[in-house]
Amino acid sequence: MQRDAAVTAPELCWFQEVNQGAVALVGGKCASLGELINAGVRVPPGFALTTAGFRRFVREGGIAGELARALAGIDHEDLAALEARSRELRALVESTPFSAALEDLIAEHYRRLSLVCCLSATPVAVRSSATAEDLPGASFAGQQDTYLWIRGVDEVLAHVRRCMGSLFTARAIAYRARMGFAHDQVAISVGVQKMANSFAAGVMFTLDPANGDRSVIAIDANFGFGESVVSGEVTPDHFVVNKVSLDIIERTISRKERCYTVDFGAQRARAQDVPFERQTVQSVIDEEVIELAQMGKRIEGHYGRPMDIEWAVDKDLPAGGNIFILQARPETVWASRQRGAPARAATSALDHILHGMLAGRRIG
Amino acid sequence: MANFPNPHDLKTIPGTEGWERMYPYQYQFVTDDPERKAYEEKTFWFYDGLHYPEPLYPFDTIWDEAWYLALSQYNNRIFQVPPVRGVDHRIINGYVYISPVPVADPKEIEARVPNFMERAGYYYKNWDALEEKWKQKMKNTIDELAALQIPQLPEMEDIRVVTEALGESKGFHLIKAYDDLINLGIRCWQYHFEFLNLGYAAYVFFLDFVQKQFPSIPLQRVTQMISGIDVIMYQSDEELKKLARRAIELGVDQAVTFSQEWSEVEPALKKLAQGQQWLADLDRARDPWFYISTGTGWYHHDRCWNDAMNVPLSGIATYIQKLKQGVSIERPMAQVRAERERITAEYRALIQSEEDRKTFDELLGTAKTVFPYVENHLFYVEHWFHSIFWNKVREVGAILQEHGIIAEVEDVWYLRRDEIKQALWDVVTAWATGVKPRGAKTWPQEVAWRKGVLEKFRQWSAPPAIGTAPEVINEPFTIVLWGVTNKSLADWASVQAVKDPASVSELKGFAGSPGVIEGKARVCKTVDEVRALQEGEILVAPTTSPSWAPAFAKIKACVTDVGGVMSHAAIVCREYGMPAVVGTGHATKIIKTGMTLRVDGSTGAVAIAR
Repeated sequence: MQRDAAVTAPELCWFQEVNQGAVALVGGKCASLGELINAGVRVPPGFALTTAGFRRFVREGGIAGELARALAGIDHEDLAALEARSRELRALVESTPFSAALEDLIAEHYRRLSLVCCLSATPVAVRSSATAEDLPGASFAGQQDTYLWIRGVDEVLAHVRRCMGSLFTARAIAYRARMGFAHDQVAISVGVQKMANSFAAGVMFTLDPANGDRSVIAIDANFGFGESVVSGEVTPDHFVVNKVSLDIIERTISRKERCYTVDFGAQRARAQDVPFERQTVQSVIDEEVIELAQMGKRIEGHYGRPMDIEWAVDKDLPAGGNIFILQARPETVWASRQRGAPARAATSALDHILHGMLAGRRIG
Repeated sequence: MANFPNPHDLKTIPGTEGWERMYPYQYQFVTDDPERKAYEEKTFWFYDGLHYPEPLYPFDTIWDEAWYLALSQYNNRIFQVPPVRGVDHRIINGYVYISPVPVADPKEIEARVPNFMERAGYYYKNWDALEEKWKQKMKNTIDELAALQIPQLPEMEDIRVVTEALGESKGFHLIKAYDDLINLGIRCWQYHFEFLNLGYAAYVFFLDFVQKQFPSIPLQRVTQMISGIDVIMYQSDEELKKLARRAIELGVDQAVTFSQEWSEVEPALKKLAQGQQWLADLDRARDPWFYISTGTGWYHHDRCWNDAMNVPLSGIATYIQKLKQGVSIERPMAQVRAERERITAEYRALIQSEEDRKTFDELLGTAKTVFPYVENHLFYVEHWFHSIFWNKVREVGAILQEHGIIAEVEDVWYLRRDEIKQALWDVVTAWATGVKPRGAKTWPQEVAWRKGVLEKFRQWSAPPAIGTAPEVINEPFTIVLWGVTNKSLADWASVQAVKDPASVSELKGFAGSPGVIEGKARVCKTVDEVRALQEGEILVAPTTSPSWAPAFAKIKACVTDVGGVMSHAAIVCREYGMPAVVGTGHATKIIKTGMTLRVDGSTGAVAIAR
């Protein structure tokens, strides 16, 4: 069943119930996860508090008026005022309780998710999922909050609220003020997704980010959660895989000093040092690199354009079923750079050979 | 940019002073002509290790002279390749260094363009018909060579000289036969390059275009797009397979395989009725398919199968064994072609613009058209013609030996081709006159000295390049055949700089055929040593040629010293789906049989476990 925001506007929905057409309802991130699941890609299961759910929260919490008042007539260039207003509003959102009915709905989804995952209080990642009109392009990617390794209903509820509060970062407020968006029109969705206990994770581009070559897949990887790679904190292992033949044509194993893993005592994610003897060990094995590339190729095929993908290898699952896609979005850097059109259209092979000869080849 | 020595600074190896007289004089680097000296210094000369893994024998220099002329004339005087003239040559310590000569003046380049378009265009347009003509010219040349008689000098001329009033002696005939022999060789090499420059150009600029579209595409993937096209270079190997099947069919497979020595197998077969039948089949295959050299055909010591029957015998034995094990010995052509189509379609679909796709189609079409010639000419020239040619020169050598000019037939290679002509004059005039040739005293000493010099040359490590490297190379051969890049030169140079070969634990070469595999090395410096190969070993060879083909049925990876992604080893390994690293420069010097290797044919690395 594919839901349509305009018809039913549910407050919560499972990822598999939406696709990329549902950005207004569940934001870009969750819509893309739904799209991937429906395309048969292995994505950890989860659900979204929809923009309708967000609106109900605002309505039932009785904070709509307060939000509107706080944002009225704000000067988008006054940074100090923006910061102060942001703190105020985020505190307001975070301290406003869900109604009992909405809280039950979220709790029930979380319970069922845990059931599906065969885990009591399954660990989840809670992420804000912004809607397109608010956050055009990719420029705001990563501006929203992500909370890793969240367990238990109360923690989930608290972090869903924190994610909703991220609608009111100083930068987001300033941007909307500058663009003239009405603050009462904007909404946010929050994704709650089973968290892979990742042995290694990272990002993958279905082209070469260095030169735009569409015939390769570039993969960056580190131990633990992918955040260390996404944030650029470490120099990750780097692999280049030929997209057509699916063999590894470049392999750079870096010294990886830090990674993010679970602190099981405290039950939370934390950064830690990689033991010295493991720092220069290849973080994903060749077979996994190739399986990842196959998945990347398939995702690119589904979207019909180069993609930027986050992934993880789960350490609790057996090989062949342990690689998950956490996120996939169109690659933007090379997509916006029109490939240099051929300087002249060669009219024949001979013509081309002649021009090739005249240009010669640099031996460098 | 790596630094290369100045050509005039290279020191003569002690004990070889005067070596220059072993080669044509224009091959020397000179200091007594300021203009020529300055040109030599500012030019980039790279060592042609592809064709000359060892120093040149004075006689064998004939092919270098032949292609010095032929390649250059086609580039410069016939097709007028706009930005480049010919390829210049020098020899240092027996090793050949070459350099493409650019056209410096942009106006001149421009003026050459319409000529090139007209002339090259004519060949591209009429390729198939002209190639058919070429084959006929080559066959005629080979027929003439095979029919050429090298006459003995008789004690007394035959009576027919008188009764038929011939008016010519065997002395004159010998001189003339030698001239004819040399001229046939030079003519054959004229034909060799008739299509080759254009063939490589079509090939290079297809590569170039695809690499511009896909900067990270491995060369081996581009070559796969032109794989699976039938070429006669593989026919010799196919004949061995046929003979293996036939031996089993006739029930003589035991007789064929009971010994590795042809001298024992042949008489054994002759005693069997079925064996005689098999020998008749063999004889049909031998001409021309056993005129395949066991090496590249460039050196006189690269004997062909017809002269070294143990080599094809070993191949036939391998195939008989495979067949009896129930293993397929067919080349997986359908698979190769299906993979070619898949790879081509996938890359094509990744090309962004319609115009680029059109260019891709045209260049690929042209590359496929030229491909058979680029492969097949080798069989006609380097294998078939050369194999017969070397033996004719041996006949000349036998006459020189008979008249005391050289001690053994195989000493003939230590004379330049023009020196042989002089020696023959010495012989025929002495024979006519009834005196002893002067050379009988001087040549044996000179040959002994030259043997020592060549031995010293073999110990010398030829630097990969000398002179000043340019920024851009336009000459198609230099690019595709020698793969001259800064990186390849630097890789070769770095291994060369290592004093102790026992300390090298990694070699870099071209990624010839993808895949990673570990196994035991078997170093085979010549095809004769292939017999020692065990199932599942990694073959380490200077280079391979079609006569090595049966070895590939036994091995699981291949590493070579010389060759690019279009070399025989790379092509065959891709067909068999096994890794290959080619053009490592020094594998056979550094790797020893029995070492454990990890061959990564996707990245071009060979790791040696120490």
